[in-house]
Amino acid sequence: MKTVLYKEKAAECFFFLSACISIFAVALICIFLFTNGLPAMKEIGFIDFLSGKKWKPGMDTFGIYPMILGSIYVTAGAIIIGVPAGVLTAIFLTKFCPPRLCKIFKTIIDLMAGVPSVVYGFWGMVVLVPFVKNTFGGNGNCILTASILLGIMILPTIISVSEASLQAVPKTYYEGALALGATKEQSVFFVVLPAAKSGITAGIILGIGRAIGETMAVVMVAGNQARMPNGILRGIRTLTANIVIEMGYAADLHRGALIATGVVLFIFIMVINLLFSILKSKRNI
Amino acid sequence: MKKNNFISTILCSLLYIATFFSVIVMIFIIAHIFIKGLPYIDKNLFALEYTSENVSVIPALLNTLCITLLTLLITVPSGIFAAIYLTEYANSNNKFVKFIRITTQTLTGIPSIIYGLFGMLFFVTFLKWGYSLISGTLTLCIIILPVIIRTTEEALFAVPDIYREASFGLGAGKLRTIFKVILPCAVPGILSGVILSTGRIIGETAALIYTAGTVANIPSNIFASGRTLSVHMYILSSEGLHINKAYSTAVILLVIVFGINALSSLLAKKVTFTK
Repeated sequence: MKTVLYKEKAAECFFFLSACISIFAVALICIFLFTNGLPAMKEIGFIDFLSGKKWKPGMDTFGIYPMILGSIYVTAGAIIIGVPAGVLTAIFLTKFCPPRLCKIFKTIIDLMAGVPSVVYGFWGMVVLVPFVKNTFGGNGNCILTASILLGIMILPTIISVSEASLQAVPKTYYEGALALGATKEQSVFFVVLPAAKSGITAGIILGIGRAIGETMAVVMVAGNQARMPNGILRGIRTLTANIVIEMGYAADLHRGALIATGVVLFIFIMVINLLFSILKSKRNI
Repeated sequence: MKKNNFISTILCSLLYIATFFSVIVMIFIIAHIFIKGLPYIDKNLFALEYTSENVSVIPALLNTLCITLLTLLITVPSGIFAAIYLTEYANSNNKFVKFIRITTQTLTGIPSIIYGLFGMLFFVTFLKWGYSLISGTLTLCIIILPVIIRTTEEALFAVPDIYREASFGLGAGKLRTIFKVILPCAVPGILSGVILSTGRIIGETAALIYTAGTVANIPSNIFASGRTLSVHMYILSSEGLHINKAYSTAVILLVIVFGINALSSLLAKKVTFTK
């Protein structure tokens, strides 16, 4: 009997330790990022690092302001393109689509959610860049291209989250609006959609997180010039691109500055995650 | 009344336009890559040796297979054990459990380039493993751990409490109940999580470039560097020398990912049938 008890205790202990791995991982990530990034940030100067407009590793000038703006611009562009298309598609799928077509569309959306970002990036490189170049001018590797590509990439996320929250709205709302004499479109847009607002916002925030964190696809289409953005047809570099492009050959302070870029990105993402979980807990209440 | 109709028509057409746009773009992406890539899939693409003239995918495929298997081998058991603790042992209002939930959620949101950075700082530099398959594998382990924990948790939650009570009533201990009764019921759910993470591993690029490295040959052991298929694809397209090969590599990647997708939806169907 005693050995059984002993075994049970040992197993519980073992399961407990396994559960601690994720805490351990987060702690390790924080420790290594911050201890490697903060000293460099200090050496450069926090203000100079965050608001410096020049990134010239050769001259030891490290300002990531252009990259911060780059990330924000590209993400904003992705939201402008991806959110309306995604939310409207979700509405169509839940309320207007014939069931058979709906099944096909959902399969396609599921597939697109699983496509690796390099493949998106490659497609952007061979199709989108020439397209933007020929229609709008410039050399094609620009904010606009990156925004369109990211907008397409966040579509599956936005569609599936919005769809779930639209489906969660009680059917009585919709029927009530219809009974009051509203048309189908009116009841969906002015009754069901507002009721699903917090869920859709959560989906949008999730999409923002994905867009800011996206690396490979952006690197392949954004041009990656480390300068202040001027115009949507000019190239730009995002925070993520900055790390991936220069990490391979960086040393000393340059390397530290790149890790510090990672720290800034990490903080960005943490803030977005916090917003997301606040919204999510609100919806549950 | 007329105004109402007008608004409705506009809203309705907006819906159609948006859906049309989303679906057409998605179909276009897949079709474009398949049409351009399929003609270039030939014997040379699958040559055993990688040379700069013939960029074979075989070394990259083998590396992908190796990294995927290793990552799953490490993460799946620990993820399942963690989920068992969270669902079967811990009180869900416990502060510590909440803390674990927060950390797993945090891990889900971190972009892969941050994982890559961490992997480079920790495994490659601090532990001095250099660019190697093992550094890449362990980095990926952290990435998929939250996916495994979450899906397993959900699967375990879905097992009805009567099963547990019946098992206890028959005199089985907790450990036996978990391994003989609860886990077997949760297998389809856990498997779908595993498949989901496999897709994630195969598509990962940013986290692997500075951990597993970009060497194009078949590595001799796990402490040697090797590129996976996604990294291979990135390098091919950024070099721009073998665009046709890049297309065909993309086709292979897509086929693998779609295959995984099909497998998981097949499983999902099975789950709903047994319920």
